[in-house]
Amino acid sequence: MTFDHIRSAALAAAVLTMAGPALAEPLFWSTQAKPVEETQRMREQVMAGFPGGVDYQPSDEGPWITRIQAEAQAGSGTIAVLGGLHGDLSSLGAMLVDLSSIDTSAVGAAMLELGQLGTGEQKYIPWMQATYLMVANKKALPYLPAGADLNALTYDQMIAWTKALAEGTGGPKFGFPAGPKGLKHRFFQGFLLPAYTGSTVTEFRSAEAEGAWNVFKELWKYTNPASTGYGFMQEQLLTDEVWVAFDHVARIADAFNQRPDDFVAFPAPAGPKGRAFMPVLAGIAVPTTAPDQAQSLALIEYMLRPETQIATLRATNFFPVIATEIPADMPPSVRASAAAIAAMTGAPDALPALLPMGLGDKGGQFSQIYTDTFERIVLNGQPVRAVLDEEAAVLRALMVEANAPCWAPDLASDGPCPVK
Amino acid sequence: MPRLLPYLLLAPATAFLCLFFLYPFSLVAIDSLTRDGTWSLANFERMAGHWKFGPTLRNTLLLAAIVVPLQLTLALLMASMVTRLDRARGMVLYIFAIPLGISDLAAGLVWLAIFEQSGFLNSALSGLGLIDTPQLFLGYQSKGVIFTAVVLTELWRATAIMMVILVAGMGLIPKEYGEAAEVFGASRWQRFRRITLPLLKPSLQTALILRVIMAFEVFAVVLALGGTNLPVLMSETYNWQFTMQERGVAAAYAMVILAISVGFTVLILRLLHVPKEARP
Repeated sequence: MTFDHIRSAALAAAVLTMAGPALAEPLFWSTQAKPVEETQRMREQVMAGFPGGVDYQPSDEGPWITRIQAEAQAGSGTIAVLGGLHGDLSSLGAMLVDLSSIDTSAVGAAMLELGQLGTGEQKYIPWMQATYLMVANKKALPYLPAGADLNALTYDQMIAWTKALAEGTGGPKFGFPAGPKGLKHRFFQGFLLPAYTGSTVTEFRSAEAEGAWNVFKELWKYTNPASTGYGFMQEQLLTDEVWVAFDHVARIADAFNQRPDDFVAFPAPAGPKGRAFMPVLAGIAVPTTAPDQAQSLALIEYMLRPETQIATLRATNFFPVIATEIPADMPPSVRASAAAIAAMTGAPDALPALLPMGLGDKGGQFSQIYTDTFERIVLNGQPVRAVLDEEAAVLRALMVEANAPCWAPDLASDGPCPVK
Repeated sequence: MPRLLPYLLLAPATAFLCLFFLYPFSLVAIDSLTRDGTWSLANFERMAGHWKFGPTLRNTLLLAAIVVPLQLTLALLMASMVTRLDRARGMVLYIFAIPLGISDLAAGLVWLAIFEQSGFLNSALSGLGLIDTPQLFLGYQSKGVIFTAVVLTELWRATAIMMVILVAGMGLIPKEYGEAAEVFGASRWQRFRRITLPLLKPSLQTALILRVIMAFEVFAVVLALGGTNLPVLMSETYNWQFTMQERGVAAAYAMVILAISVGFTVLILRLLHVPKEARP
């Protein structure tokens, strides 16, 4: 059990009551850097350099979008700049101004194109990026199966390893963030299923997907059962409750920063279809209701400066979106993650699986389908085939309702992404 | 003018109720019964079709069925005790009522600190040499333990609200009835069953209605102790509204909670009805 879900709920509540309109500083309304330490670093180390200061307010996704919609409906607002993941921003297209005037020559073309949200306009500017990684306590390395390369593990080797750990240490040592605030659904959407099926949506109920869930059931045998309460895996890594874990880079950073010599980061395992992983892209945008457009644009330009990008990296452990030298004095977590990210993205069998897009406010329901599938198959022991058939029907209906075309690695579709 | 006065005095409260209760309530009711702007039962179908609806309803009803009778018994015991005290009555009453001043989330966290893997219960057990390694009490495999922990927390947290109402009710019962019964040789138990309980009906009614409605709204305690391992109606309502952003289904859940609450309120009113002429 963790306090995280309660802590961030309380934080969101506090933020909502604090975010009054009386402040002259531009309001940066964001779904990112929510943990209170990160929020503080964003305010003190990143935003402090902007002339006149910035009112940086993070929020949970629900209240975040509610306020944006309310301001759009009212036709006037106090939010100057929006920050969010690609998936958060992708539903807001019509409420965002075109940012083509910003100099984005340093940002990669593929990321910029994502920021157009399928329109001809630059709806958001890439802000920072991250992904998910595996972490191991160095104590766990002697249990690696013979011949296994930490940077090129397969799911079968992963199971053999966690099995050896469970048997060798007297208890399961793999940890998985399956708590209410854990990012378990991202593992199924971007790692496990694509690695076995080459797809997140289309092959949801295929025989390969059935195989993938059986593989996960096997892995779960050697997973700490307290995982259903885990939110940020750095906590359990630091207490030695688990020795091997999967999580978002921002949620494992404390482990490296507090005990840099004890942990290694490494790429996600590979399945038959490749080493699937989910890159995470956050963007910044300006709502049409921003009180002072010029000030908002200036703030966006400020966020893209190399020194701001490095400061953001220090504050949040999200990596820069522009090509820039990473200083040698960066925290241990950054150095460890950067190497593992390079190994994962550069692996010959790398298979990027993007965050869901085009779902609008249905993103939560989409993820709930994967969470439900996990809870039913793994926690409640329901038959895999029957659960996949039932949840596939829900998924199909959702894709049609949201009218969302496929995204990588699923093949592009004309209409809503089909579920076979 | 004097004829209008009572209505004028009632007007602010009525306006308040209409504005902040009836109006939002009708919006929620409309939300639950419409989909894409047309009237339909799709939200209720979606709610009932979801695999968690059954366990959710069962957990909530079971929790209420276990917690409320236990609390009623405890509250009656505590109230009888407090009523009989001559000295230190106020102090005992205050001590009993302390948990009332704590928010339900805080109460959940207090008990989480006891039951979690690095919690007080584990330290105590290992200090006594009963266990070697910390035990996982609140894991997904031990729903029974989570359920018991929630029951304990609810007992600790909300029994006092019933007790306070019952203490007030007991104070209203004229002493003469008890004294008369004593003259005729009634035992203490007989006096409690034949005099106190029947005369306490109006207070019991209030206490039960209040407590039963609270039981169907249980949320923060369950969230703190069980996360998503023990879904209840309120946590699913929250989930549909904020995680899945499906207001219609969340509204349908709210209507279910309302229907159950109204149903039980009517039932309690019927069962504990006291005719006007029978009131003391």
